[in-house]
Amino acid sequence: MTEAIAGFEGAHGPKPRRTFSRRNIFLYGTLIMVALYYMLPLYVMIVTSLKGMPEIRLGNIFAPPVEITFQPWVKAWAEACTGLNCDGLSRGFWNSVRITIPSVIVSIAIASVNGYALANWRFKGANVFFTILIFGAFIPYQVMLYPIVILLREIGLYGTLWGLVIVHSIFGMPILTLLFRNYFTSLPEELFKAARVDGAGFWGIYFQIMLPMSLPIFVVAMILQVTGIWNDFLFGVVYTKPDIYPMTVQLNNIVNSVQGVKEYNVNMAATILTGLVPLVIYFVSGRLFVRGIAAGAVKG
Amino acid sequence: MSGNGATSVEIKNLDLSFGAVDVLKGLNLSVNEGEFLVLLGSSGCGKSTLLNCIAGLLDVTGGQVFIKGRNVTWAEPSERGIGMVFQSYALYPQMSVEGNMSFGLKNARVPKSEIKERVARAADILQIEPLLKRKPSALSGGQRQRVAIGRALVRDVDVFLFDEPLSNLDAKLRADLRVELKQLHDRLDNTMIYVTHDQVEAMTLADRIAIMKDGIIQQLASPGEIYSRPANLYVADFIGSPAMNLQQGRVENGHFLAGELSVPLASYSFEREVAGDVWFGIRPEHVLVGDDAAGADLELTVKAEVVEPLGSDTLVLTSVNGKRFWLRISGQSKVASGDSLRAGVNAADASLFDAGDEERL
Repeated sequence: MTEAIAGFEGAHGPKPRRTFSRRNIFLYGTLIMVALYYMLPLYVMIVTSLKGMPEIRLGNIFAPPVEITFQPWVKAWAEACTGLNCDGLSRGFWNSVRITIPSVIVSIAIASVNGYALANWRFKGANVFFTILIFGAFIPYQVMLYPIVILLREIGLYGTLWGLVIVHSIFGMPILTLLFRNYFTSLPEELFKAARVDGAGFWGIYFQIMLPMSLPIFVVAMILQVTGIWNDFLFGVVYTKPDIYPMTVQLNNIVNSVQGVKEYNVNMAATILTGLVPLVIYFVSGRLFVRGIAAGAVKG
Repeated sequence: MSGNGATSVEIKNLDLSFGAVDVLKGLNLSVNEGEFLVLLGSSGCGKSTLLNCIAGLLDVTGGQVFIKGRNVTWAEPSERGIGMVFQSYALYPQMSVEGNMSFGLKNARVPKSEIKERVARAADILQIEPLLKRKPSALSGGQRQRVAIGRALVRDVDVFLFDEPLSNLDAKLRADLRVELKQLHDRLDNTMIYVTHDQVEAMTLADRIAIMKDGIIQQLASPGEIYSRPANLYVADFIGSPAMNLQQGRVENGHFLAGELSVPLASYSFEREVAGDVWFGIRPEHVLVGDDAAGADLELTVKAEVVEPLGSDTLVLTSVNGKRFWLRISGQSKVASGDSLRAGVNAADASLFDAGDEERL
């Protein structure tokens, strides 16, 4: 009927598609299976962290809690003991914050200027410098652990928070510089030329032209650094002392304590708490992250 | 219009190489005050490179650049008294039109009131006042290019440099802006150096055209001169669309001979002695057709193979001696492919080139 009114005959407009076609069932079926597979451990962690110890001992790890209790979370955050300190993960959390923020700011500030200089001001030896820097990204960290211990000791920063900040900033440099260089290379060169004709200098072009155009890549760098530094365990345990251990090291000490009963609920809660920061970062800035990666990292 | 004799830009023995590749070799060029000079050439000929050297965006390998008699070879781009307009507009995306135009003045620490005045004046000249508060992303291509010109205009420079400014625009807009650029030049009387690969832009805008190939200027002359008296085979072939019809042959007893062709050269004004093998060139629009062909130095009958009506005139592809031979005839004439045409060529309209060094004879 409608066809006759509209004056069409035969096929017209969007092609009708069946919701339960074989293609859709296969596609969504696979997606749902894979999603469940990855969600399951998180489900177990959350469920376990909300149970009391007697309920956990029953052994039904997939069963939802009969009696919901937040005690394990409170204990993990404020009461769990590591060594002599019994103030829970909160100490490690604030240590990690105090390590992550300056490390992220310092490394991104330096790397973005590096990348800008490498991309736009082709100074003498730029290629050699860049090659060395990239080579640095492939050297295993373990090789450099002890030399850096000596270096930090000599400049009097071993076992301090700032020592760790310096280490994180240096180790973030190769990959961040590469990221920024590639992004700035992808910006039209004529903009840079126009700014030079307009009389802007090295810093003028960086701050007034380049920075405002590179929000996506700064977000990417920030996410990489925050998650990388927050999740770091090796440098934290090597270059700091118990008072200023980052959260990951403290989590390890709580979970792996050999004395007393294994409190699975507290361990689960502590682990979720530690992983919360990267998780939140991903959720908040995921879209910008993808955009920045697509803009900067693909083009060599 | 063109110049009062004083030199505005002078380039002496300019060399530029990227590593082992020599892009410019001992280039000399002098541009008069108020002149509109077009650098024309196919891609990779070094025309943009030369412009960047004048602007100071590339460090030269050797030689000197003078602007208004001042040696600026080592000067920063902003100190050279130049304004530059780029093909991709290169507007700062985060700044408004006004911000874009005043950026250079702010860097030069020009007082605020004067910045305002100059931006207003440039906006008036280019008729972009309603756009001043907008961001570049909210402008059309033509408007963007106008803003880019405005950015050069506010700086009160001696020399304007254009790097293929119209190449990103569509054909209609390109023609409009071309006319506006010409009017702007007449009005401002600044020296302008303009890089393009489009010969129509070059012919219409230029006081003089420098045709470049492989980093060397092939011919530097007025558009009319370049069109009617190309200095060598490359220029002859490059300028004109369709290109000049060329026949290779030899000169004997004052006649050009190629296959069955024989053209008496009595009316051709030679620039130098004729020796042996030559190229004979005649532009499609200089080939006489039909009754006009009677009495020409060379008369021949050709068969139309392809007919391309352009409206104003019609292009006809034929062949002579197995080589393509284009005719440009009136758009009114009715010709179909397969038709036979009478064509005539006068030696006075032709160009002869030495087959060896390819220079004009």
